[in-house]
Amino acid sequence: MSKLEIKAPMPGTFYRKPSPDSPAFKSDGDDVAAGDVVGLIEVMKSFHEVKAEAAGKAIRFLLEDSDAIMAGQTIAEIDG
Amino acid sequence: MAIRSLLIANRGEIAVRIVRAAQSLGIRAVQAHSAADAESLAVRMADDSVLIGPPPAAKSYLNIEAIIAAAKDKGIDAIHPGYGFLAENADFAQAVVDAGMIFVGPDAAAIRLLGDKVAARKVAKEAGVPTVPGSDGRVADMDEARALVEEIGFPVMIKAAAGGGGRGIRIVDSFAEFEKQFPQAASEAAAAFGDGGLYIEKVITKARHVEVQILGDGTDVIHCFERECSLQRRRQKVWEEAPAFGLSPEIREKLTASAVALGKQVGYKGAGTVEYLYDGDTHDFYFIEVNTRIQVEHPVTEMITGIDLVAEMIKIAGGAPLSIRQEEVAISGHAIECRINAEDPAANFMPNPGTVDRLSVPEGEGIRFDTMLYEGYTVPPFYDSLLGKMIVHAPDRASAIAAMGEALAKLEIGGIRTTVPLHAALAQNADVRVGRFDTKWLEPWLAGNPLRPETTKAEHAQ
Repeated sequence: MSKLEIKAPMPGTFYRKPSPDSPAFKSDGDDVAAGDVVGLIEVMKSFHEVKAEAAGKAIRFLLEDSDAIMAGQTIAEIDG
Repeated sequence: MAIRSLLIANRGEIAVRIVRAAQSLGIRAVQAHSAADAESLAVRMADDSVLIGPPPAAKSYLNIEAIIAAAKDKGIDAIHPGYGFLAENADFAQAVVDAGMIFVGPDAAAIRLLGDKVAARKVAKEAGVPTVPGSDGRVADMDEARALVEEIGFPVMIKAAAGGGGRGIRIVDSFAEFEKQFPQAASEAAAAFGDGGLYIEKVITKARHVEVQILGDGTDVIHCFERECSLQRRRQKVWEEAPAFGLSPEIREKLTASAVALGKQVGYKGAGTVEYLYDGDTHDFYFIEVNTRIQVEHPVTEMITGIDLVAEMIKIAGGAPLSIRQEEVAISGHAIECRINAEDPAANFMPNPGTVDRLSVPEGEGIRFDTMLYEGYTVPPFYDSLLGKMIVHAPDRASAIAAMGEALAKLEIGGIRTTVPLHAALAQNADVRVGRFDTKWLEPWLAGNPLRPETTKAEHAQ
């Protein structure tokens, strides 16, 4: 079993939920399919979806909702 | 009371602009900034600076308590809100006054009145300003809405009374669509703005966006002529001009007089903009809204009139009467502004924050670049993407467009992708050059991918 990292494609503010009152896209421990949205990055007032490139199990987020992130920073890990 | 110290509660290029204006008036400029903007040009240029919170705007530039506390801490006389953020927030304007300071702008009551679309339209009508056919206020219910639509005809716009900046607007073409969208719009407006009030307006097709700059001192109101801002993407202005092209002296006189009448109706104080839709075929113009702030595109007006609008609004806030009489305001030549954003126009305007490793700005007669950039500056990802505004001034429109093309060719911003290629293409475009466009021109043109990399390469090879 290998560990896969989901990285931020751009800098900005990371959100785990589609809107403040919604549930999170994924919770720690969830399984992830390729193409699943795991979060949003707000950059310069526009929102971009972060998708898992490959399927994996037991996602673990390394960031909290509305944390600032850098491009290339690891958002979450999954077991591939 | 004369203003001795001014807090700039904004960031980016407008903060730099306000710092300059304050210092030119001998006023101590204190720059409020978030943790992400500690190294900003405005902070470096200001006489003093004060941290107001972490990077997210909600915790800094939109944090009324933090800004007021910082201002008190620094012994500030007045606060300039710039544009965006809290510039048109009546509660903020009131909080500044309640804390014993001056708000650079109209009073809270005027901001509240003109910020409510329905109330503003009523004021405009009372002042004799033509308005778009539609409801004279909020529509009470579906029956009233249906009867009105039968009278004015499709297409119509359903607008949230508390919306703004293009938010909360739906356009419908048929009764079937209308019956479906109206209730949805009401619940969406209630959720988004805390106010489900709607109003209905006829859509003026093939309209240009024309706006009149006004200045008021609470007693008198003057205009500084008009701007043309029809080139828009997602309702954001991309390219602005002053004056508007193709206006006869009679139409210009009627248009500007109507803006002054509206300003006088509310005893307007400060710099403001009255926005209109203008039908170039019929020469009819219709009131849209009043913006109670300095606008991004104010420099084109400054270039053709020679008036320093930002300095003027600070002086007015300090209690001075207007320093210019209407008959002293004249149009000289033509000015154009391009908003340079940190976005890649060849990749669907993908935002592009990052470090500017090289900056070379053209200089010369009639060229002005309002910016917060410097070599080595890292554009943060937390705020809007405006990097600067290239402004040119020339004797006439054709030479201004040519000057813009030359200025853009000489502008070098290294390290990040910007919208400069878009503006350069617009300066070459035949429709732009003859003024054959309206507010619906830019997006279809962009949909044809005029800036895809292959095209750019092919053009360069020629």
